[in-house]
Amino acid sequence: VELSLSGADRDFAEEARTWLAEHLTGDFARYGGVGGPADDEAWEVRVAWDRELAAGGWLGLSWPVEYGGRGLSLRHEVIFAIESARANPPYRASVQGLELLGPMLLARGSAEQKRRFLPPILRVEEFWGQGFSEPGAGSDLAALATRARLVKGKGPGRTGGGSPPRGESAGGDEWVLDGQKAWTTTGNHAHWLYVLARTSDQPRHRGLTMLLVPVAQPGVDIRPVRNLSGAAEFCETFLRGARTAADLAVGEPGDGWGVAMAALGTERGTSLVAQQMGFAREVARLTEALTAGLGLPPPALRYRLVDAWMSARVARWQVLRLMETVLADGDPGLRPSVCKVFASSFHQRLGALAVDLLGAAGQVTGPGYELSEIQRTALTCVAESIYGGTTEIQLNLIAERALGLPREGTRR
Amino acid sequence: MNFDFDEDQEELRSTVRRFFSRSSAEADVRRLMATDLGYDPAVWEQMATQLGLHGLAIPEEYGGAGFSFVELGVVLEEMGRVLLCAPFFASVVLAAELLKAIDDEQARKDYLPGIASGATIATVALTEDDGQWRRSGIRLRAVQDSGTWRLAGAKTFVPDGNSASLLLVVARTDSGVGVFAVDGDAAGLSRQALPTMDQTRKQARLEFDAVPARLLGGPGDGWPAVSRMLRVAAVGLAVEQVGGAQRALDMAVEYAKLREQFGRPIGSFQAIKHKCASMLVAVESMKSAAYYGLWAAAAAEEELPVVSSIAKVCCSDGYTLVTSENIQIHGGIGFTWEHPAHLYFKRARSSRVLLGGPDYHRDLIARLAGIMPEDAADAQDAEPDQRP
Repeated sequence: VELSLSGADRDFAEEARTWLAEHLTGDFARYGGVGGPADDEAWEVRVAWDRELAAGGWLGLSWPVEYGGRGLSLRHEVIFAIESARANPPYRASVQGLELLGPMLLARGSAEQKRRFLPPILRVEEFWGQGFSEPGAGSDLAALATRARLVKGKGPGRTGGGSPPRGESAGGDEWVLDGQKAWTTTGNHAHWLYVLARTSDQPRHRGLTMLLVPVAQPGVDIRPVRNLSGAAEFCETFLRGARTAADLAVGEPGDGWGVAMAALGTERGTSLVAQQMGFAREVARLTEALTAGLGLPPPALRYRLVDAWMSARVARWQVLRLMETVLADGDPGLRPSVCKVFASSFHQRLGALAVDLLGAAGQVTGPGYELSEIQRTALTCVAESIYGGTTEIQLNLIAERALGLPREGTRR
Repeated sequence: MNFDFDEDQEELRSTVRRFFSRSSAEADVRRLMATDLGYDPAVWEQMATQLGLHGLAIPEEYGGAGFSFVELGVVLEEMGRVLLCAPFFASVVLAAELLKAIDDEQARKDYLPGIASGATIATVALTEDDGQWRRSGIRLRAVQDSGTWRLAGAKTFVPDGNSASLLLVVARTDSGVGVFAVDGDAAGLSRQALPTMDQTRKQARLEFDAVPARLLGGPGDGWPAVSRMLRVAAVGLAVEQVGGAQRALDMAVEYAKLREQFGRPIGSFQAIKHKCASMLVAVESMKSAAYYGLWAAAAAEEELPVVSSIAKVCCSDGYTLVTSENIQIHGGIGFTWEHPAHLYFKRARSSRVLLGGPDYHRDLIARLAGIMPEDAADAQDAEPDQRP
């Protein structure tokens, strides 16, 4: 099924489909659907696929031409996201740069920052990591404690043009950061971090600044954290006197909260498309494994498999409906949250079902904790109600912003 | 495909909403649900003639307006929202869609204009004592006796079976399943209204004692048309459930903002907030499934079998959940007869059962999805499309 597309849109979809058919071959096809927001499986293949997309001109479709984009509309992003999801490529490696940092810079970055940082994202040369969460600031992001202070330098400030600064001051004013960041997704691959840090003594949301910080310097130490599936796709990041140029604050110093929210606010759900359209394939694989190996499943399991099969489709319709809203008026409101809550709870039921369907054999891994795809799903799905804002936070947002319920602790 | 309703469809929605806010307020629902007839003939007449609701999805050549099932869906959603008490679903969805699906041009010419104008109230009599909506449940016999078909047996749980003037009876003949038209006042037919738990939807038991009937289409090829009608009707029911669920959610949220305990609105407590937000997630998934179903009913026949069952399951479970949570959020007052919460709670239950419960539809999905072989023993005829 398709979104209803007309004329030029249909041609564009057709062009995308043809290109995907020609290029999504070999390893790219073999690793179709591999990887995810909490899974850095087959990283090299995924990077190579992103580069293939870059070479074909499919990254940054809606980004301005001067920064290496195609200057097309959000409409084209949506159409391509759907076509791509249907073709089942490996999961994007450069999600952080493409979906979060890039849109944030486009919305709030200086011309110089855009010129410096956007093209390498689209060429898949520089990867980004997010420095928001901290050990003491998870859902309560405004409680973050990482500090940054501006110190006087001896010469002209640098803008990070050319090769990444090495931590040695080039002589200009610099920000110096101290603190610890947590859950830096794909931080082990990152060249740069976008860090939310406290730059004044004002409490909570006030006095925060968004800083772009190069990784390759002594003051930045990124250590992989092994997650429960054995993979090490997220990291803890230690900032000890880490330095970055004064002009690498995004937006005004003190306005970091607004910048961060703008970044998250541009999340229109296009990144949900690939994930949620892939669910149906997982269910199909499970069904296949099941009917091939064990024959007719007992009624109780069958019932749950039907639930999964059905919910995968509903999740897909949800995301298509979301895309249609985006195409129509651009503002999806809290629909992405709704999609995420629905999909994560369904996917976790699917994970639980996988364990039951696989039975005893499913409890045996390969050597070195090597997991089958289904086993990996069964384990990594638990993160889906945590990353990108926990289900509890999403429900709060839905309740307060979509339903207008009063904030916690409201007294008359 | 299209989930969003266009301007004309939204205009239709607001017209219908305005009309029902005057003619189907809670007091009207309570008044009508306590009557045997179960609807207001004056309102019925206005719906048909002034608003043209009955004929929306009936082709122009049969006296309708020739719109698609999507427009009818908009109307059904609004009806669900106000718990409209009227034989609309039975007449305009079940009966009209069966007539549209059946291979009998003369029957369409004879019956659809009456349904479109509201002059005829029609229904489909399918279920028997086992309450099943499947082919194997059809036991009522139709036999030809010197050129006249006659029906013998009983149908029960027939939606609006007491007020209908035209009954489309699904019966078993020597050559399979056939559909027969029977006059509401035919000789040998006795009708008995059934007191229903959901009083907003009337049901009747019909006994047939050699009742003369008119065969529509061939004597053994009625089931594919019935099956097609059941698919479309499941989608229609799903959007009706969406309307009711949205209303139940609205009621819960409204109350959570007003009701204070511990010196604050209960809606400021996370336990209540999360309940309300989860209700919204359920309602949104219902909408995605039901609206996709409307689109499939209007434009993607090949997807309709599985999509209609998904919509039925998703909306039945969602409506059930949302109407239960609405009562929980209201607390004691929600458990009273006086409060409208129970009207929605009960409508959710009757809708769940109507056209086959979620488990039956899960069975259908299991077959269509290849999770269970088509010929699995316990469901010989659960997939209604496959056999005559």
